[in-house]
Amino acid sequence: MTRQQSQKVATVLVTAVAIIVILPIFLVLVYIFAQGWSALSWEFFTQPPRNGMTEGGLLPAILGTLFLTLGTAVASIPLGIGAAIYLAEYAPNNRLTRLIRLAIVNLAGIPSIVYGLFGLGAFVLFLNFGTSILAGSLTLGLMTLPVIISTAEEAILSVPSEFRIVSLSLGATRWQTIRNQVLPHALPGILTGIILGLSRAAGETAPILFTVAAFYLPELPKSIFDQTMALPYHLYVISTQVPGMPLQIQYGTALVLLLIVLTLTLVATVVRTIMRRRRQW
Amino acid sequence: MTAKIHIHDLSFTYPDGTQALRHINLDIQPQQLFVLFGPSRSGKSTLLRLLNRLSDLLPDTQRSGDILLDGADIFARSVNVFELRRRVSMVFAIPTPLPGSIYDNLVYGLRMAGIRDQATLDERAETSLRQAALWDEVKDRLQDSAFALSGGQKQRLCLARSLALRPEIILLDNPTSGLDPISTAQVEQSLYKLKQQYTIIMVPHSVQQAARVGDQVAFLLDGEVIEVGDQSRIFVNPQDQRTEDYVTGRFG
Repeated sequence: MTRQQSQKVATVLVTAVAIIVILPIFLVLVYIFAQGWSALSWEFFTQPPRNGMTEGGLLPAILGTLFLTLGTAVASIPLGIGAAIYLAEYAPNNRLTRLIRLAIVNLAGIPSIVYGLFGLGAFVLFLNFGTSILAGSLTLGLMTLPVIISTAEEAILSVPSEFRIVSLSLGATRWQTIRNQVLPHALPGILTGIILGLSRAAGETAPILFTVAAFYLPELPKSIFDQTMALPYHLYVISTQVPGMPLQIQYGTALVLLLIVLTLTLVATVVRTIMRRRRQW
Repeated sequence: MTAKIHIHDLSFTYPDGTQALRHINLDIQPQQLFVLFGPSRSGKSTLLRLLNRLSDLLPDTQRSGDILLDGADIFARSVNVFELRRRVSMVFAIPTPLPGSIYDNLVYGLRMAGIRDQATLDERAETSLRQAALWDEVKDRLQDSAFALSGGQKQRLCLARSLALRPEIILLDNPTSGLDPISTAQVEQSLYKLKQQYTIIMVPHSVQQAARVGDQVAFLLDGEVIEVGDQSRIFVNPQDQRTEDYVTGRFG
């Protein structure tokens, strides 16, 4: 085979692989859209479920998922960014730092059901938050932390060191340099990590199973100490626990969950693009 | 005349064990352009970075000896290093504007020092741009991105950015390395005026530049000061064989 031929073969191969990667995502989206589209209606978004959940809408579950996502954000973003700044900018290369890194890697490897059990033991029972939005948000936040920390650290480390040195040479303190040069530059990357982490948290079932999710609760939560319905758990329930559930509602619920996560991602991507463009180079 | 900077028996070793400076002794007079020249890896840049303690950024280095600025030890515990870096300002070889407008760059150091008064910031921005001979070229577009400037303009902006802090000493680490002859001449012209007001310590781009701009010059080799003296004497009548070999181009 000549060099030109092998070049052609390689191009075809990698293109094929790339297409194979898109295919499953594309198929899932198309299938869920096709099956669930007809369930969508004004009522589906604005009414609680009725008649053994076989009729009505998803309002408590949709709002529950939004509350939980917000709670997860509050619990994980400040901690995650703080830890990332420490690791990237301050941490000396010593045993403590290695221990922290090891902990983060391990945190990322823990199965989500174990987070659920930990949340039950630590937040619901030991700290006595009860089965509540607070306990669920903290559990999801914990699960999201490693994603945010590692992507934020990566983003901070990718800031050119010249900017740091110039800032310091002009008499800025280390924190001023981080605040004015490093973080603005790293923000789009940090945001990517937050999107990834939160959209995963929004769709998780296992961590909220014992810590917050209610089987059926038509009223909306009144405080962070209340239980709430949530879309992923609701989807699990109506797919496996309720006999005679119309298939249309199941796919409709899946579609709504998908739409929420996609919207979250889309909004964040747009914000990120705008931020990148605003930055003068 | 008392020395502005007095360097006494200064040695410096990098974390990998490379000894970059060996027992340096130098006196640098105020209102002069002092040139540190020598082949690469002779310790010139290391010495510059010690003068405003940018060397602090590297962990696990070893230093012995003293640097006195107006008679006070810059490594003393009581020294505010951020204050020191405003008094001893650095311009780097590669002009590096910070992201933001030309104006943002000029007042960055002042803002970080807590100066918020708009009139003061405006005045300092204009004065320093004039000193760096850049005012006429950018006065109508101070809010434009600093990255839109040409290489020579960027370097003069970096010089102006340092001047805006009203430093006492300006450190220049090969400030014309990437510049064309015209831009280089402009920068050198600015320096000629600036040295009447400031103490300037410069690592030049070449031996020729050292001879062109220096008042006092020091020849460094392998981390040692081989010879120091008036520019006219060092280049015309060097005492040390190694200095003569280097300035006449026998090695380097």
